[in-house]
Amino acid sequence: MTVRIQTADFDVARELDALRGRDPKVGAVAAFIGTVRDVNDGSTVAGMTLEHYPGMTEKALAMIVDEARSRWDILDALIVHRVGPLAPADQIVLVGVTSAHRGHAFAACEFIMDYLKTRAPFWKKEMTPEGARWVEARTSDDEAAARWEAATPERGA
Amino acid sequence: MPSTMRDAPTETVTLVYLARLRDAFGAATEDVRLPSGVTTAAELRAWLAQRGGVWSVELAPGRAVRVAINHDMAQADTPVRPGDEVALLPPVTGG
Repeated sequence: MTVRIQTADFDVARELDALRGRDPKVGAVAAFIGTVRDVNDGSTVAGMTLEHYPGMTEKALAMIVDEARSRWDILDALIVHRVGPLAPADQIVLVGVTSAHRGHAFAACEFIMDYLKTRAPFWKKEMTPEGARWVEARTSDDEAAARWEAATPERGA
Repeated sequence: MPSTMRDAPTETVTLVYLARLRDAFGAATEDVRLPSGVTTAAELRAWLAQRGGVWSVELAPGRAVRVAINHDMAQADTPVRPGDEVALLPPVTGG
C-alpha cells in the first residue's frame, strides 16, 4: 500500500505501473483521477488551495485502505493526493487498486474515494470573482459514503 | 531550547484549528490548560464555545465540527488528557 501527500503533480501511467509492478496475480487495475473544475456552486473558479492536517491525513487514508482490504480481495492500493495551489484542469487525486478480477478493483476504488471525500482531513479554498471561499461539504458525498455502511461486502463478485 | 522556558507539556493540551476554523479564530494552534470538569471532546468544545463571539458561533451545538484527538476522530465522550493534541475540523472537502 502506498499513501502519499505532495504538492507536485503526478504521472498517472508511472504511478499505475509502479502499483501493479510485474505481479502476475494482477488481472485488473482500476483507477480514479480527480481534477479541478472551473465552475463550482454557480461561480467560476480561477484556482484553489488545498490544505490538510499532516499526521492525521496519512493515518486516515491508511485506515480507509485497510477497510477496503477487509471488504474486497484486492492485491494492492495507491492514494496520491496533492495539496497547495491548484489551477483548473490540474490533477488533484489518484486512487489505484489492483485485484485478480475487475469487480473487486472497481468497488474498492469507488469505496476508497467515497470515504476519502468524507473522512480524510483535506479542505479546499476556492478563488472566485466574489473572493476566496472555503468549499462547503456536499450532502451527496455523505450519501455516497453511507451506501457502503449498508452494503455487504461483495466477496463473491 | 531550554525546557524551563516552556510550560510543562504534560499539563496542557495543544489545540489545532484547521481550514475555516483557523481563519475564523485567527490562530492555527494554541496551548491551553484544561479547567477541572473538562475531560471529554464534547466538554472541551462546549468550554471553547463559552469564549463567546466567533467561538460561540462556530462551535454552536448543531454546527458540523469534528474533534480529532492525537490524529484519531473522536466521539463526544472520548477522553481528553493533558499532553493530547486536539484538533477542531470543519467538514472535509478533499478529493
